[in-house]
Amino acid sequence: MVSLVVNGKAREVDAAPDTPLLWVLRDSLHLTGTKFGCGIAQCGACTVHLDGQPVRSCSMPVSAAAGKKVTTIEGIGATRAGKAVQAAWIMNDVPQCGYCQSGQIMSASALLARNRAPTDADIDEAMSGNVCRCGTYNQIRAAIKDAAANVKGA
Amino acid sequence: MGAEQMNISRREFLKTSAMAGGGLVIGFTLPGATRLAQGAGKEARMSAYLRIAPNNEITVVCGLSEMGQGVHTAIPMLVAEELDADWSRVRVEQAGVDQAFANPIFGMQATGGSTSVRGHWEPMRKAGATARAMLIAAAAQTWKADAADCRTERGVVIHKSGRKLSYGQLAEKAAQLKPPAEVKLKDPSQFTLLGKSGTKRLDSAAKSTGRAKFGMDVYLPGMLTAVIAYPPVPGGKVASVNDAKAKAVPGVRQVLQIPSGVAVLADGYWAAKLGRDALEIQWDHGANASLSSEGISKTLSAGAAAGGAVGRNEGDAKAATPAKKIEAEYEAPYLSHSCMEPLNCTAWVREGEVEIWAGTQSQGPAQGILAQVAGVVPGKVKVNTMYLGGGFGRRFAPDPIIGATVLSKIAGKPVKLVYSREDDTRGYFYRPASVTRMTGGVDESGRATLFTASVASPSIMEGSHFMKLPPDGVDEFGVEGIRDCPYDIPNLHIEYSRQEPGGLQVWFWRSVGHSQNSFFLESFIDELAHAAGKDPYEFRRSLLGKQPRCRGALELAAEKAGWGKPLPAGVHRGIAVVFSFGSWCAQVAEVSVGPDGTPKVHRVVAAVDCGMTVNPDIVRRQIESAVAYGLTAALYGKITFKDGRVEQSNFHDYRMLRMSEMPKVEVHIVPSKEAPGGIGEPGTPPIAPAVANAIFAATGKRIRKLPLLG
Repeated sequence: MVSLVVNGKAREVDAAPDTPLLWVLRDSLHLTGTKFGCGIAQCGACTVHLDGQPVRSCSMPVSAAAGKKVTTIEGIGATRAGKAVQAAWIMNDVPQCGYCQSGQIMSASALLARNRAPTDADIDEAMSGNVCRCGTYNQIRAAIKDAAANVKGA
Repeated sequence: MGAEQMNISRREFLKTSAMAGGGLVIGFTLPGATRLAQGAGKEARMSAYLRIAPNNEITVVCGLSEMGQGVHTAIPMLVAEELDADWSRVRVEQAGVDQAFANPIFGMQATGGSTSVRGHWEPMRKAGATARAMLIAAAAQTWKADAADCRTERGVVIHKSGRKLSYGQLAEKAAQLKPPAEVKLKDPSQFTLLGKSGTKRLDSAAKSTGRAKFGMDVYLPGMLTAVIAYPPVPGGKVASVNDAKAKAVPGVRQVLQIPSGVAVLADGYWAAKLGRDALEIQWDHGANASLSSEGISKTLSAGAAAGGAVGRNEGDAKAATPAKKIEAEYEAPYLSHSCMEPLNCTAWVREGEVEIWAGTQSQGPAQGILAQVAGVVPGKVKVNTMYLGGGFGRRFAPDPIIGATVLSKIAGKPVKLVYSREDDTRGYFYRPASVTRMTGGVDESGRATLFTASVASPSIMEGSHFMKLPPDGVDEFGVEGIRDCPYDIPNLHIEYSRQEPGGLQVWFWRSVGHSQNSFFLESFIDELAHAAGKDPYEFRRSLLGKQPRCRGALELAAEKAGWGKPLPAGVHRGIAVVFSFGSWCAQVAEVSVGPDGTPKVHRVVAAVDCGMTVNPDIVRRQIESAVAYGLTAALYGKITFKDGRVEQSNFHDYRMLRMSEMPKVEVHIVPSKEAPGGIGEPGTPPIAPAVANAIFAATGKRIRKLPLLG
């Protein structure tokens, strides 16, 4: 058994310690917002926060998350940055197929939580680990800037 | 796929579709619509496409698959326009399989070929107009008034006296009435939604909160997750398997040998994957053990040199004596679609019936296929279409749904079959490789007088298993984008040679044959312009006198890009224009080339003539999306073979365009009153030649083989 705190709730899961956190979230807890894209930390679709830091859950053993706070797309709206990012995503109609967007939002929320006024270079650096096959990158950039303006103004 | 081509397949599928009739109209419910249905009271069913609740909520039932292209917004907009609905109360619901939802262009329920708006532009507007007429009739009956004295506005019927009833108040009564045989549709000048900017997508909130359910997100009680060990060489088979170590992995429940390989079924993905890793399999590699990309290139090149079936012949190319003649061979590689959501399907075969949950582009055909696979009648196959995490044509193929159904039937339990990213990249169904040899000539004045192309590539029509090569032996998809060369050139000759190296499974890939043929033609036309000593834009323009819409798109792109005006130091322009799927798209790419030869695309200015639009915001986004998809392939995309094996596996060696590499994209829409064209694909083909032409402008180096980075 592994003990986790996911989106503020204590959870006990029956999983081998080396099982990637992604599959515990999805297959054990049915938190399906966190996506499987590549399995080797190349696409960012599985991004979650561990104590506020963005991590690729497909390549992190669940044992590494024990005792830490896990935040997923289902819980990010409870944070100030996450709420602003999700609102900006909806306002800008960012998603197309939508499959990568949970990971994009998690990376963007982590960026805004530590940097209230990201430059284009900051955005490139924080977001280039997240692949979008629909090519929504320019809308993602615009939404991050909108969210930053809202977080600053709040 | 174009309309014409799909009509060939129509006959094949009519049987399936006919058997599919009488199924349930209401299928899997998307999250938003679920809440609606619970909270809205008893809804009135106006038709298969439309329900209205007493609280005025309007549910549009959509038979098409949402894969990012925005069809779950466009179809409701078509209905809402003619219904005079209050857009803020409109929701969308995914339909099950029913003949009512057959795509009018395909004759079957399927999404692809940029056909959704083209096929449903009129039927969905009629569905809205019919319901509107029934609501007016119900109001007139209630008021004992003349229907001609009633009008509608934002979900309300208004009598000339000023009396009002909302659609929600009228729906139950209206639904009892006989639908009128004919309805009058609005003149486009009366549109309030269609063609106007500002209508938001209906799926943004679900997709920004993790609530949207994709095929991968389906979990059923008692479900097992399966992964399959596939033969590493195409056409290979299992010689022997030792599954003792796999079965010892905690969570692994079954190991099954099936025609496509060896499947491991487990309590979850990770256990299934570990189980697969522990399999000891001896493969019989079959005939392809020495298949290599070098060999494939040679085969295709020899085919192009030999020539083949004649696809178009005008004037006399053999007798033409141009003042200047050039010749070149171009090549494009196999490509994987690499949807963000790896392929998957959940199937549950029960006594005499099958139910699947899948992000599929072809739910109609799936019904007939799975009926055969499971040995049930088609009416007992229920398809729940989930959101598609990308489609690009790949999700038109039935391999995941067949695999999951076979496994569920054997296992006797619900089974979710998941492709790892490596399985997905190495799973064939590729955009075919092609080699094309072209000649071109210009007269003394620099006007083009000769163009010939000899294309060698595998046949998608034959590979599809639902089409056949036509009697002339020319694969539509092999030559589209080059046979329909828009330029006014008097001596023109196109041939196609079918070559099937390795017998590889090829498939439809966003924009299909145009994806490589437009690179060939639009690069070669650029070569011809330079050979003639002409500006590449003016050279094209001068050959488009008989193609006003093509020339219009080209001119708009050039004008908005400032063609001919100075650029920052080191930045150069390339241009291309392509007709595909009923629309013209021209693009100007601004590119610089680094000291190491690496190109950087700074900005792309696109102009599209797609006739009348439903949602211009989505049109612009689709062109931008296609630019990103086409640019990824142009710069990096190649699937190669060595010793029979695919060399690429995941995003580290099958590269994707990333945020830092995304150019600025401007999209301009040509104002038009023409019938709608397609929009999901037409932005893809022009980007590769536009960038390659810009690289030539920058370096003088002509790249004739994709990808551009080698």
